Amino acid sequence: MNIAVCIKRAPETAARIRIAETGDGIETDGVKYVMGPYDEFAVEAALQLVEAGGGGEVALLAYGPPIAQEVLRSGLAMGAHRAVLLTGEPTMDGWATARTLAAELAAWEADLVLFGVKAVDSDQQQVGPMVAELLGRPCVTAVSAMEVSNGVATCRRVVEGGHEVVEARLPAAATITKGKYEPRYASLRGIMAAKRKPLEQKEAEEAAPGFEIEALEHPPQRPPGRILGEGPEAAAELVRLLRNEDKVI
Amino acid sequence: MGDHGGCGTASGARPPGGAALAVAEVAGGKLRSASIEVVSVARRLADARGVAVDAVVLGEPGVAAAVSDLAQWGADRVLGIEATGFAAAGPSAHAAAVAGVVRDGGHQAVLFSATPSGKDLAARAAAKLDCALLTDVTALEVRDEDVVATRPVYAGKALARVRCAGDRLLASLRPNAWSPVPCSREAVFEVRTPDSDADSGGYRVAGFEPSGGGALDVSEASVVVSGGRGMKGPENWGVLEDLRDALGEGAALGASRAVVDAGWRPHAEQVGQTGKTVTPDLYFAVGISGAVQHLAGMRTAKIVVAVNADPDAPIFGVADYGIVGDLFEVGPAIAKAVRELDRG
Repeated sequence: MNIAVCIKRAPETAARIRIAETGDGIETDGVKYVMGPYDEFAVEAALQLVEAGGGGEVALLAYGPPIAQEVLRSGLAMGAHRAVLLTGEPTMDGWATARTLAAELAAWEADLVLFGVKAVDSDQQQVGPMVAELLGRPCVTAVSAMEVSNGVATCRRVVEGGHEVVEARLPAAATITKGKYEPRYASLRGIMAAKRKPLEQKEAEEAAPGFEIEALEHPPQRPPGRILGEGPEAAAELVRLLRNEDKVI
Repeated sequence: MGDHGGCGTASGARPPGGAALAVAEVAGGKLRSASIEVVSVARRLADARGVAVDAVVLGEPGVAAAVSDLAQWGADRVLGIEATGFAAAGPSAHAAAVAGVVRDGGHQAVLFSATPSGKDLAARAAAKLDCALLTDVTALEVRDEDVVATRPVYAGKALARVRCAGDRLLASLRPNAWSPVPCSREAVFEVRTPDSDADSGGYRVAGFEPSGGGALDVSEASVVVSGGRGMKGPENWGVLEDLRDALGEGAALGASRAVVDAGWRPHAEQVGQTGKTVTPDLYFAVGISGAVQHLAGMRTAKIVVAVNADPDAPIFGVADYGIVGDLFEVGPAIAKAVRELDRG
């Protein structure tokens, strides 16, 4: 079974975000960039599925600046077999990104295309299902565990109030969330091997974005609050304020 | 966020131009509260443009009749796409139905709720319509010919103001971020069946396993009771469940990343950058220290209450109200006080 995993380079989730002086982007100095944490789940899922399925390859695809090679190397160090970087400047427009990725993936013969359930920067949760629509494949979103047998992917997906089991006929796509797939650490051997694995770089067929960011702003600061007191005695005053002043209960 | 103007006058004639479309969802046979926000925002956009509001709902026969209250929130026309088994037809079939309605109606704005299911549906519908989509929008402003949307990025650490210049706006709206205004209309109800050649596309729902956490998703709840490492172990969650129950039907449980990573609570409850971003009216952070990651997910809550034994915990810096103390005493005391208030 051959699996493609689309990954994105994004700021680490613990990073402090500062708005750049231009006002339409973030200050990147001092910000550590990593593979998105949900994308790591997707890479892990792909590796486990190929290992369980007795062969095949895991190929990684990223769209971004040349430095995005770094996150592809991390995925190769985890155990993926090869990687392709489409160089360009992705925007926050998921539909433009989806068309760029799908144009490349159309030529791949992947039984499964996996994505993280969301990117932790743009946070749009669109690219996976959009690529699947473009490729004409079923797409199961928010998958926490999956198995493949007889050409069907059986997926456990997180939905409101529980889990849904969905069967998708291959070739299919899925977006992976936290669950079964705790990403493995790359071994030293894996890191060394990754340096020799094929990493192809080519220019992306970029699509024009459908919207543009006018400005980025910091969210309004919360006004300083007050400590109502210590211990359970403060509960009655809290509840009174919530009911009478704030009217939220 | 989401301030609304007045309610358009309900005249009988349908104004010209591509209407605004609200894609409504039902849960437990009732219109979801997030959908009320969606139709109300559609009404406001439509009034600014002088066009009508259509609402569409998908599901089993009778689903359109179940959402008749859409008319009270501003829908001029309610369209049900109904068939036996259609509720489980899969998101791509649902998206095809929505896209069909938009193509027929020439809608210039199509609004979804940014619930987990709404986001899934919206992404597929956008692809079918060859149109960009804005997820999780928290404010919309009509400016000249364009619409300017605000949406959180970097999990709420920044807000992006986005100008949408295309012919058609597709957006999903963050639940609880809007104040719906009642606007009663004489709505026309219409029922259609989905295209018979609508294919499930190799997607089949084979089962559902409910979790113990309750059906209301944390991202949609008006009150969230979140627990962190200070809870000391998963066996102690009864304290938070009791507080949630005291706070009524709109309340749901949340969790910090630490307790999800420790396996105490499911990831579906996690609030923060690697979990959900929430905008409830009231957020309780119980035994949560307040890492940047977590604050990103809940800073847009209207009122934040923190209960923590450590008076220096960063969470007190963003809380409207703080109580320093043993959460195993303070939590039950709050639940008791809420119940006494309800009785009094």
